[in-house]
Amino acid sequence: MKSFIAFIIKEYYHIIRDKRSLLILLGMPIVQIILFGYGITNEINDANIAILDNSKDNITKEISNKLLSTKYFKLKRYLDSEREIEKSFKSGEIKQVLVFEPHFAENLQKFGSASIHLITDGTDPNIGNTIMNYTNSIILNYQSEMNVNLAGIINVLPEVKMRYNPELKGVYLFVPGLITIILNLISAMMTSISIAREKEMGTMEVLLVSPMKPIFVIVAKLIPYSLISFSITIIILILGGTIFNVPITGSLGFLLLECILYLFLGLSMGILISTIAPTQQVAMFISMIGLMLPTILLSGFIIPIENMPYWLQILSNIIPAKWFIIIIKDIMLKGSGITFVWKETLIIVLMITFLLIVSAKKYKIRLQ
Amino acid sequence: MRIIWIILQKEFKQIFRTKIMLGIIFVMPLIQLFILANALTFDIKDIKISIINNDKSQMSNQLVNKINASEFFKIVDYPNTTKQAELLMDAGKTDLYIVIPNNFEKDLFREQSAKIQIIVNSIDGTKAGVSFNYLLRILTQFQIDQSSNLGRKITLGLTELPKIIEIKTSNWFNIKQEYKIFMVPGLVGLLLTLIGGFLTGINIVREKEIGTIEQINVSPIRKIQFIIGKLLPFWILGMFELFVAMSIAIWVYEVPFLGSPFVIIVFAGIYLTLVMGIGLLISTISETQQQAMFVTWFFMVVFILLSGFFSPIENMPPIIQKITLFNPLRYFIEMVRLVMLKGSGFADIKFQLEMTIAYSLMINFFAVIMYRKTN
Repeated sequence: MKSFIAFIIKEYYHIIRDKRSLLILLGMPIVQIILFGYGITNEINDANIAILDNSKDNITKEISNKLLSTKYFKLKRYLDSEREIEKSFKSGEIKQVLVFEPHFAENLQKFGSASIHLITDGTDPNIGNTIMNYTNSIILNYQSEMNVNLAGIINVLPEVKMRYNPELKGVYLFVPGLITIILNLISAMMTSISIAREKEMGTMEVLLVSPMKPIFVIVAKLIPYSLISFSITIIILILGGTIFNVPITGSLGFLLLECILYLFLGLSMGILISTIAPTQQVAMFISMIGLMLPTILLSGFIIPIENMPYWLQILSNIIPAKWFIIIIKDIMLKGSGITFVWKETLIIVLMITFLLIVSAKKYKIRLQ
Repeated sequence: MRIIWIILQKEFKQIFRTKIMLGIIFVMPLIQLFILANALTFDIKDIKISIINNDKSQMSNQLVNKINASEFFKIVDYPNTTKQAELLMDAGKTDLYIVIPNNFEKDLFREQSAKIQIIVNSIDGTKAGVSFNYLLRILTQFQIDQSSNLGRKITLGLTELPKIIEIKTSNWFNIKQEYKIFMVPGLVGLLLTLIGGFLTGINIVREKEIGTIEQINVSPIRKIQFIIGKLLPFWILGMFELFVAMSIAIWVYEVPFLGSPFVIIVFAGIYLTLVMGIGLLISTISETQQQAMFVTWFFMVVFILLSGFFSPIENMPPIIQKITLFNPLRYFIEMVRLVMLKGSGFADIKFQLEMTIAYSLMINFFAVIMYRKTN
């Protein structure tokens, strides 16, 4: 037992000695969550628009003012001719152009209708559509205000409730995602790299001929990294809760238990990678391509899985992060208990068992 | 010149000897372009909706039909109670549900207005926002249709007609509304940054870690020759990757290419010197490959998040928008999207080009100075 603790202390020194890596390890999640929480939003804010007013009457001015008085739009410039439209789009300075037809107010009075042409930069389809929809509803609002005293106009008034995330914050998805990545990456990548490093440097042989059983050599490596990733998880939860008000609706104890379970999964991946990777570069490469990319891409963390092509959806089922993200999102945001997430939990348990069996088969005491 | 040529040969031999390097150089772009481009779809279609129709009148049925006919929504169920609808949503079977109240039609006729409830699962904020906006668009259209139906009946005797503003809409530059067209050009930027920054950094640190850099230091090779010899292979590889990625973008994903390839090639050539300068800088401050990897990784994540690759820069708060001015990837992504999708020329991307040149000169200047000091 005493020599086991000595091994853990040795690992601890290894980590503490490399201050820069440790700083990045601890600092990165914090920087990321702050950047993401504050910076990454798909809510339209001050989108630059241009107006080509061919009519320049009271009503077109009122509509323009109405649009520009919202927080969604900001006027970049007034255009003078159709030709300028394409030029403004090409310099990337505007997202939308509003074109009022000539004699707008006159047509509205005389014929009861007048037309506006909305030209939107559709390169980013969601942003383009959102901008278009906002403009649409502002103009239609104006229209119903004009017609308010007329008979025969009906209004359907929608009452909206945004369930689970009332302010549509991106950070609600990001906190669970970040926890998943940290738990997985630090435990799997760091352990495998550090084991590969010992192999590369030749110190692994020294460890293996010591009286300590090889399995404890590995376990001693796992413990400090588990502690680090677990504490980062708690830091993220606290930051998310205090700065961005990401709630933990369900039971905190249950959430942490699931985190520990997932941590074991990361560790068993780390062991597996280290049994097959001879050098740091290989360990890095496997962790990056095999772990980080799929965890970020196919887990539903940034990109909703149901939008992906069918073959990628099938593929996503073998990504552990997918199941963990479902669990942690349900617990944090919907307040679900074990009755709702037992299936996903069971899948993770099975994956751990599978990984451990494979690594036990692959595990060799000797290096060659 | 001859010395640089020799170093170049040595570097290429080393690159092609190491399988991992080859893997990174050739597999990474393929993975990025084939898996990422397919995975990165924020397309919002087939939004799953369930409808509680308590009214079952002609009006409410017409509304339901209108939603059913829309290409955006898929009605998955007609539950009878809110409780059932809630269960469906908790189980992830619907993204939103609407409740049409009892007296919907009566209220519309009598009060000229009626309420409906819309409950959206908003864990994914973007999706919730876009779905709601689509629904709103359908509701407004429903209103206009019904109003003009009614209007015709009622206003026969009246002098004043309702005033209708017709709204024509056009989406330019991505007519098919495909996310791939938006994302793939951005991916080219990610690729160049990874190849240029990540590989250069790791490569030089490796010589340090193994100790071979000392041998080079005591040889008659001048520092500047060494740096050029180290960087040039990756510049060539980067340009090669650019052509591969661009070809895939054009032939496989059918991304339109409206602008001139020349603009992109010139810009990418300069951009590569910038990211390689960053890689060089990282390598001078790192002792081990592990450190270099961590530092690169840290910057890559920040660069990607703040580049406008996922979410537009102009939506970010002003302070963060200022921070993005220091992000090289931002300029490349803006440039490549403008040139490919909108056909912009040098005059339109002047700002991005100038910033990249200035930035590259600055970073490389620092990198070379720092490099001398450490040795």
